[in-house]
Amino acid sequence: MSWTWFHKLASPPHAYRILGSLAPWFGWASLALILLATWWGLVKAPADYQQGDGFRILYVHAPSAWMSMFTYVVMAVAAGVGLIWRIKLAHAAAAACAPIGASFTFLALATGSIWGKPMWGTWWVWDARLTSELLLLFLYLGYMALRASFDDPQRADRASAVLALVGVINVPIIHYSVNWWSTLHQPASVTKFDKPSIDLAMLIPLFLMIAGFQLYFGWAVSRRLRGEILRRERNANWLKEAA
Amino acid sequence: MTAVRTPTLAAAKLVFQRDMTLAWRRWDEVAQPLIFYVVVTTMFPLATTPDLSALRVIGGGVVWVAALLASLLALEALFRADVEDGTTEQWVLSGQPLGYLLLAKVAAHWVLTGLPLVIMSPIVGTGLGLPTSVWGVLMSSLLLGTGTLSILGGIGAALTVGVRRGSVLLSLLVLPLAMPLLIFGSRAVSMQMDGDSPAGPLQLLAAIFFMALSLGPIAMSAAIRISVEN
Amino acid sequence: MDLQTFFEMGGYAGYVWTSYGLTALILLWNWWAARRFEAEAQLAARRRNELALERTA
Repeated sequence: MSWTWFHKLASPPHAYRILGSLAPWFGWASLALILLATWWGLVKAPADYQQGDGFRILYVHAPSAWMSMFTYVVMAVAAGVGLIWRIKLAHAAAAACAPIGASFTFLALATGSIWGKPMWGTWWVWDARLTSELLLLFLYLGYMALRASFDDPQRADRASAVLALVGVINVPIIHYSVNWWSTLHQPASVTKFDKPSIDLAMLIPLFLMIAGFQLYFGWAVSRRLRGEILRRERNANWLKEAA
Repeated sequence: MTAVRTPTLAAAKLVFQRDMTLAWRRWDEVAQPLIFYVVVTTMFPLATTPDLSALRVIGGGVVWVAALLASLLALEALFRADVEDGTTEQWVLSGQPLGYLLLAKVAAHWVLTGLPLVIMSPIVGTGLGLPTSVWGVLMSSLLLGTGTLSILGGIGAALTVGVRRGSVLLSLLVLPLAMPLLIFGSRAVSMQMDGDSPAGPLQLLAAIFFMALSLGPIAMSAAIRISVEN
Repeated sequence: MDLQTFFEMGGYAGYVWTSYGLTALILLWNWWAARRFEAEAQLAARRRNELALERTA
């Protein structure tokens, strides 16, 4: 098996060009999907029998919560690849992921809190999912703070990669411990979030929104990754034609 | 030519002894985390209520939070002097598995800060209304918890060794990772108080400790190499 | 269905519209920040190229 395609893909000029041509596709597709999902979720999907129209927050809360975790895993995998095989492009991808992931984590927290107000009666509840998201936000902030504290980009890359890997090993432990903690403190009161089954008509816009967010992530990572590549390759010859 | 290499265990022991000797010469610095620990736990009755039966509810948690913060405070400078004077560079070149030498250093640090905190905790806990029946659980949970935290903090200290103003950054990196320890540890104490068996959370703490013990040296040596090689 | 009831969201208007508005805001911020990040890097690269050309000329 030949690995030339891989090396070609991981070469900065090639990646720079490919990402540049992919980004608009991601961008327009995500815009279309997000608009469609918003319309479907706000207008077409039926109101919930318990939560009325308040449940429509689900269509922005759940996808952003999903993206916050998805992005962390992508970031950690990229960091691991960069650390083990010393691929600069992978480090650059990890760097590009962090601010996007942090912003989705913040969004998941904010929408969760807003949703909590009509459902629980308070703006903040120490519920397992919200608490996990909060800790995930701390992990993102720590990662970005560590990256920002180095002047040398290569050291920043490798040090933050170690942190991302330690973090991703910890994420399941944190998740489990927070769940355990929350079940002990909330004696089996069925919250309105716990739905045994959800109607298909309600699920379609959710999946559309998740797909839209994924494509949006693809767009944002492509743009940021191109920026990261340019910053890391400042002295390379290929830049003379590309820039 | 075959190089004669000191056995790893002997090398690690040398590192451990060296750190203990150095610490013995500036014992006042070693005492600081312990004083911090006592001061912080004194703040809670003053800030909330002197009523011991009310304090008892949060007592286990307060002891745990204070212990985590105290042992983290001292960690910042763990590797700094050795990296700056070139000692760690010698270790990298020595051919010894770097992770185990660093682990020996962390172990020395734990004996000097973690262990005194554990020994002190029943006294501090009594001040917060914890009954003598929880002493065993409190100390064993802290024993495992501070051990794990020292390793996690060792990774953080290794990552921030070349960074200006690293102490706040170190806390920012390590504290989120230490949340499970806090949850299981303080919960074990309150379960014992409520008459439940605290075996579950203690076993989980032990599991996390052994995981940190096996993976921590890898992460620490990777982090130190980044700081030394450039 | 008329527009009035749609905007009222069954009494949850404040919560639903704030959530969606916030989402739009975060998505727009990401869009702006990513574009700016790329554009700044491109500008810096172009400047370096021009400087290099001047030096060789």
